[in-house]
Amino acid sequence: MNLFAYIADRWDRLSLQALLHVSEVVQSTVIAAIAGVLIGVAVYRSPIGSAVATALASTILTIPSFALLGLLIPVFGLGATPTVIALVLYALLPITRNTIVGLAGVDPAVTDAAKGIGMNRLGVLTRVELRLAWPAILAGMRVATQMLMGIAVIAAYAKGPGLGGEVFSGLTRAGSANATNQALAGTLGVVVLALLLEGVYFLIARLTVSRGIRG
Amino acid sequence: MADNDNVSGVEIQLDHVTKRYSGSREPAVKDVTMTIPAGKIVILVGPSGCGKTTTMRMINRLIEPTSGTITIGGEDALRLNADELRRKIGYAIQQAGLFPHFTVAQNIAVVPGLLGWDRKRIEQRVDEMMDLVGLDPAQFRTRYPRQLSGGQQQRVGVARALAADPPVLLMDEPFGAVDPITRGNLQDELLRLQTDLRKTIVFVTHDFDEAVKLGDKIAVLGEASTIMQYDTPEAILANPANDTVAGFVGAGASLKQLTLLRVRDVNYNDDALTAVSEDTSPAQLRSRMTEAGKTYALVLDGRRRPQRWVHVRDLSTAASLAAVGRPVGDLVSTQSTLQDALEAILAEGGNAVVTGTRGEYVGTIDIRTVTDTIQQIREEHETGSAAS
Ligand SMILES: Nc1ncnc2c1ncn2[C@@H]1O[C@H](COP(=O)(O)OP(=O)(O)O)[C@@H](O)[C@H]1O
Ligand SMILES: [Mg+2]
Repeated sequence: MNLFAYIADRWDRLSLQALLHVSEVVQSTVIAAIAGVLIGVAVYRSPIGSAVATALASTILTIPSFALLGLLIPVFGLGATPTVIALVLYALLPITRNTIVGLAGVDPAVTDAAKGIGMNRLGVLTRVELRLAWPAILAGMRVATQMLMGIAVIAAYAKGPGLGGEVFSGLTRAGSANATNQALAGTLGVVVLALLLEGVYFLIARLTVSRGIRG
Repeated sequence: MADNDNVSGVEIQLDHVTKRYSGSREPAVKDVTMTIPAGKIVILVGPSGCGKTTTMRMINRLIEPTSGTITIGGEDALRLNADELRRKIGYAIQQAGLFPHFTVAQNIAVVPGLLGWDRKRIEQRVDEMMDLVGLDPAQFRTRYPRQLSGGQQQRVGVARALAADPPVLLMDEPFGAVDPITRGNLQDELLRLQTDLRKTIVFVTHDFDEAVKLGDKIAVLGEASTIMQYDTPEAILANPANDTVAGFVGAGASLKQLTLLRVRDVNYNDDALTAVSEDTSPAQLRSRMTEAGKTYALVLDGRRRPQRWVHVRDLSTAASLAAVGRPVGDLVSTQSTLQDALEAILAEGGNAVVTGTRGEYVGTIDIRTVTDTIQQIREEHETGSAAS
């Protein structure tokens, strides 16, 4: 069976795994975005706070994904939970760092004017600072998503959902029937999904970034 | 004073106000006491770093004073909610500080929005403000700040500051970042706006010429905002309180004074011999000139507008007054500044013709009138300050 025939034949299972793959990556990105923006908002005014937060998030990224999963499985068991936790942790760095950079990059004259004409603290943050930092935050989320698409494959090691299962079982069964097709189909699926998500990010940016600050 | 009706501004009082930034031993503003009269433009001028911005920002509490009290329109500013206080105080700064992600209309609408105005009223107000600062709403409403020139951004900044009709306007070097020509235009427009609005405006600048042009009163500040002199531009130019102020006023104080005075304020001459060309023959004029002992006469047209200077010897050969003599060059009107008058006097080489509001002859002005006037002001302010 060639690859296309294989994909057509296993379409039901492959498309389900693809959906689960995207779903866990997107959910992890959203959770990481909420956490990363909150961390960024908490620390961006303090250079030390910013440095510490960025350093911690970078440290997480240096832990090999196998090792991180290996550490999480004894605590959270197998399945989706350790996978999502690992993905969220990896996604924190790009999002937190971009949030800090974006917020710190807002022209002080603009925030000064916002305060000066009577916006309260929350108004300045939500209507001005986060709106202006949004392109940077969104870029951080995009990088995080791309990264997680690959890392989520490894999560099959923790018996998590997604296309990683296909890749892994294909590789472990090397030599037997359709083993190569299975691994290739999983890999190809990840690549196609990553491209699709890129398109989605492009659309989100179009719809949510003010024309006044679009590059 | 008769000009106190229609004032929409309120008085601001600083009483022993001091600001010490944490971590610095010397106060940035030390014990400043001053009254900013309602409806006037008061300029805080002084060298960079002397504490002008700090002083101004304490009025809307972007900086909290370390000690002292600030009263705005009789209310203790330090007792009010800072955000609500600021919605009632217009604020315009050097780089305009426009929200880059908002359109021009959205920028101007911010404060009315914060005050909970309804949509319809905000929309009307935005258009009204754009007209006020000279931006066509149809053309500029939906533009973003980056699609505007520096001068246009500054106009939007002023419109945003005035949108909720605050009695007080704080301006921190608002025209500092635009080219000199645009700056001049923006200054003229601020003066024009102020004749109708009559806000209390606190205006910070380090440019003394700007202070002279805009200020009803100027506070010349020294280190830590110490007030070295607080008076009208005329008084400061005529009689600087000390050498530091004199240094800051700079060379050419007398020339700057000329920009503050108008021809109608001085005693120009009205004794030139005049003749209307249609009614007078050269012979008639010649005999009048001999009688009056004058060598020059001014020929006017039917509406008494100045046309030409004629010398008595031009008249012996002329057939009519319509074409003899030398055309009058630069005219000055009674509205012109003495600086313009001086320019015309020098260009004309002797004296310049002064015209009234309809362009009719009202007199002539010469260099003596200008120098005498300056002399007189100087003496007035000297005796004035000696008496106080
Ligand atoms: N946020 C701040 N923290 C500490 N010192 C400040 C701060 N802002 C201004 N200063 C200091 O206070 C003094 C007055 O500053 P400022 O009011 O900005 O002067 P100006 O507007 O006249 O140039 C300067 O010496 C400046 O360095
Ligand atoms: Mg300043």
